[in-house]
Amino acid sequence: MVKLDIKKGAYYDSVSLMIISKDVKKVPGVKEALVGMGTDLNKEISHNIGLNSNELDTVTANDFFVVASVENEEIWQNVLLKVEELLNKKKEATSANYYPPTLSSALKIKKDLNMAIISVPGKYAKDVANDCLDNNINVMLFSDNVSIEDEKKLKEKAVSKGLLMMGPDCGTAIINNTPLAFANVITPGDIGIVGASGTGTQEVSSLIDRYGGGVSQVIGTGGRDLKEEIGGIMFSFALQSLIDDKNTKVILLTSKPPAADIQTKILKQAKDGGKPTVVSFVGADMTEIEKMGLIPSISLEDAAKKAVAISKGKTPTTFDGFDLSDDEIEKIVLDATKGMKNTQKYLRALYTGGTICDEAMKMLIKDLGHIYSNIPLNKEDKLADKNISKEHTALDFGDDEFTVGRAHPMIDPSLRAERIIKESLDETTKVILCDCVIGYGSNPDPSEDLCDAIIKAKKNAKDNGRVLPIVCEVLGTNKDPQSFDETCEKIKNAGAIIMPTNAQAVRLTKKIINKEI
Amino acid sequence: MSKLNELFNKKLNVVNFGIESFYEDLKKQNVEAIHVDWKPVAGGDKDLANMLSDLI
Repeated sequence: MVKLDIKKGAYYDSVSLMIISKDVKKVPGVKEALVGMGTDLNKEISHNIGLNSNELDTVTANDFFVVASVENEEIWQNVLLKVEELLNKKKEATSANYYPPTLSSALKIKKDLNMAIISVPGKYAKDVANDCLDNNINVMLFSDNVSIEDEKKLKEKAVSKGLLMMGPDCGTAIINNTPLAFANVITPGDIGIVGASGTGTQEVSSLIDRYGGGVSQVIGTGGRDLKEEIGGIMFSFALQSLIDDKNTKVILLTSKPPAADIQTKILKQAKDGGKPTVVSFVGADMTEIEKMGLIPSISLEDAAKKAVAISKGKTPTTFDGFDLSDDEIEKIVLDATKGMKNTQKYLRALYTGGTICDEAMKMLIKDLGHIYSNIPLNKEDKLADKNISKEHTALDFGDDEFTVGRAHPMIDPSLRAERIIKESLDETTKVILCDCVIGYGSNPDPSEDLCDAIIKAKKNAKDNGRVLPIVCEVLGTNKDPQSFDETCEKIKNAGAIIMPTNAQAVRLTKKIINKEI
Repeated sequence: MSKLNELFNKKLNVVNFGIESFYEDLKKQNVEAIHVDWKPVAGGDKDLANMLSDLI
């Protein structure tokens, strides 16, 4: 039976409700459940997951609703109690604080606000961002679904006022050593980063920390900034601020390859700036970067190593190997493939981070030929159905196709965990490659769901007379709330092979794929 | 010195709209932050919101 409860005029943010939805689904006897605001999108999701109720049509975007498919009335009452308990818990946690209803009332409490994080639904985001810029407040715009025309206008306004307008769809930044939204705790230092990619920026900043370096500023721009339509407005503005910053000695630029003329403009600006600049435009042609006298890199790991080397006064060298010795790597590959069946042929890369998924595909495509994906490198390799893998498959669970109506997999890793288990049932799966992103913004313990899935996946393979290696990179630092070392230990104990960087995890995976059975 | 470079030498004072956990993370780090109890103006009705905005 499908039951519905509506609370008129109550508002809660989408992430809080998605987390509550996840907990409500765990109530015994609940087949499916959704807790959300009555937006058209949420109503559509309810319909798509089989939670149909005529009354749902009367719900408006200003109402809060709970809908669930339950076995009987008693279980429905348990659902309502659980929702109330979770909402009360949230209320108790915040009741000591007064939250002003508008920016102008916030400014009455605190006049010197200088940074805004905006994560309201996309259709309202432009107005909120404009309001902040008009009040001389820098903006980090986490929201997506902002038109490219609005993005350009917001960025032009920001630059004209000397302000940051990071985003839309900007997930990570570290300003004055403060991690904003999804970011890691990095030692302060002299490496300044401009990044147009979320997990790419998190990977380089975390590795800089682990290699003994530190960051001055980490400025995000949103993924579209280096496209022709935006013209690199914010990337260029941020780069100039690092060139002019006395605390920044080395600059690191990271993005997917920019539009050709924008790349030339940015590289020339970096060259004219005169500071050593490492460029990590994953998959870009290195010739132009070298010609400009800048330092190209072959991976995010390589970029971090080079930036730290320069920061410490050493000569940067290209790194394309392993931290472990060749013998140690060979032993890992032998152990991982011992007992495999000859049906096992394919890679299943299951990522929560988009840029590191993209990096993995770029590192493997030459060897594997085709990698089917929801974010494919070549159009013809687009998966027909994201829920069904085909031969070598790499998935970005943070892409829009997977996040409709649910929190980003760094917050809610359950969908990715389910897929790990599903791939373990496929006799053609040879190796699973995955990530675990820690830090602020991420789930308080993203390893929990992952470890459960690894244990189940390993057991599924074993029950079927196979062995299934699972290779994982943990992205983060020991100063993150979840702790890098502790997270690695838990995932290793669950049975996965932990590699220190995404690039090394990919290289090991390649060796496992290429190992003849 | 540009305004942005001036920001690099200032204490960060953050205002958060939307996902509350971003604000909670800042408080855990003892960063000065304020969370706005943001709701869609006029329940998301843009015409009504514009009318209200004209009245205020």
